[in-house]
Amino acid sequence: MAERTQKQKPAPSRTEETVEEAPATAASGDKLKAELDDLLDEIDGVLETNAEDFVKSYVQKGGQ
Amino acid sequence: MAIPKVCGIETEYGIMVRGAESNPVTASSLLINSYLAVNYRKVGWDFEDEHPGHDARGFAVDDLLAPDIETNLVNSVLTNGARYYVDHAHPEISTPECLTALEVVRYDRAAEEIIRESMTAAASHLPADAEILCHKNNSDGKGNSYGCHENYLLARVVPFGRIVSQVTSHFVTRQIVIGAGKVGCELPGMSADDVPYQISQRADFFEEEVGLETTLKRPIVNTRDEPHCDASKYRRLHVIVGDANMSEVATYLKVGTTAIVLAMIEDDALGDDWLLANPVSAIRQVSHDPSLKRTVLLRDGRRVTALEVQWGMLERARKYERSHGLTVVGDAVGPDVLSRWEAVLVGLESDRSTVADVVDWVAKQRLIEGYADRHSLKVTDARLKALDLQYHDLRTGKCLAHRVGLQTIIDSNDVETAKTEPPTTTRAYFRGRCLAKWPADIVAANWDSLVFDIGRDPLRRVPMMEPLRGTAEHVARLIDESNTPAELLARLGA
Repeated sequence: MAERTQKQKPAPSRTEETVEEAPATAASGDKLKAELDDLLDEIDGVLETNAEDFVKSYVQKGGQ
Repeated sequence: MAIPKVCGIETEYGIMVRGAESNPVTASSLLINSYLAVNYRKVGWDFEDEHPGHDARGFAVDDLLAPDIETNLVNSVLTNGARYYVDHAHPEISTPECLTALEVVRYDRAAEEIIRESMTAAASHLPADAEILCHKNNSDGKGNSYGCHENYLLARVVPFGRIVSQVTSHFVTRQIVIGAGKVGCELPGMSADDVPYQISQRADFFEEEVGLETTLKRPIVNTRDEPHCDASKYRRLHVIVGDANMSEVATYLKVGTTAIVLAMIEDDALGDDWLLANPVSAIRQVSHDPSLKRTVLLRDGRRVTALEVQWGMLERARKYERSHGLTVVGDAVGPDVLSRWEAVLVGLESDRSTVADVVDWVAKQRLIEGYADRHSLKVTDARLKALDLQYHDLRTGKCLAHRVGLQTIIDSNDVETAKTEPPTTTRAYFRGRCLAKWPADIVAANWDSLVFDIGRDPLRRVPMMEPLRGTAEHVARLIDESNTPAELLARLGA
């Protein structure tokens, strides 16, 4: 069926990519995780001070 | 034969004023005028050739349903060929016409910088503790939405019915690649309790499959037939279904994949394999399912996931690349879009975290979930919605999207020049260069003409009905060598 061919065709390149780039992918995954932790550490200093008021006051006119 | 995919993006930014009384129209005008006062002598927009009520299905609407344009509001043209104006109580920037998705990203980034500079410029006109805040998002979380529209040049001969039926599948499923993410749900009667987090900002607001509206009962395929060029040869597909992206790669893939899909439709190389049984419920269903597991029903009775449809389209695009080439979307950009598209699909399928540096909704989801975990927050906690809004906050230092490690693909120097210099490969070059060189002699401008005042009656209109004429290759020397607009017009034979 058409569905099956479509799903299977990209598979070789997908497998290749996962195998070859596994270390790089894992490394960039770790890096992102560390960045996210750092961001969560600092975020309260950046976040709007009164979140509830800010969210409540954020009202826009509908556009296109 | 597919034609070059001249394209662009128009973004309505969210706006609010803090510390002073103001309405959004006044605030938007102040924002834009402050920027223009610093950078420009004002040139007005010319509405003569605007026909937003013309429908691609072959009729015109002149009654109350026609989208109206508020001609009395701030409306200006920039030397980079863009339009900067107030629309529906939002500041809006339309990029100049670009020839590739990469060029669109560059001008979309320049537009963000222009908004940022405008906020700074406006601050000097406000009380000391007041400020204007602009967000590059598409909803306020309370049921009000505003758009980020894309435009693509298509050959007029392509049957509109084929475009509608085939492109809809891409519009419904591409959100898994390019959605900007949203905390909660804005469908009537639903909330964050029902849908804590969804893929798209916009999906909740689409109620029709096809139609002319843009502000109410929004359709997945918009039929506004206003080509802003030779209507006998071209149409402009006005796409209203997308989210505004903070990720450069997401904007790149939004425009790049859509341009390729449209070229395939023009060449009748896409086919009818993924026609959806119910596009309106499907677009919401896909958006409401960050697990990417749920299936949607096709007209032929099969059930498929959005990922499967995207894989199928990518595969068809690879085949199209081999049979037709990708010159119409850019010889370098086309293959790059395909490989990045594939990398995102691989990541979404295998390890989500590997695409958190390119996919907005994934980046935002990690932020929201990480914060909720750390502080043990309920899904309805206002702090999570605040994080969502602040992801899109354009103020320097406040923007959370700038802190999540998103990849960039445009050099900051190229963004800088794009604020003032037009693309060289479309008619935007002629518009931008003339505005920069003779600001005092151009009385009006729009997408397909410039009106010069050369000192004696009548005013001289230069039509620009071909989007790929008026490029640097065609007119750079003419403009360089002409000392006055009169000389330019004489040499153009106008």
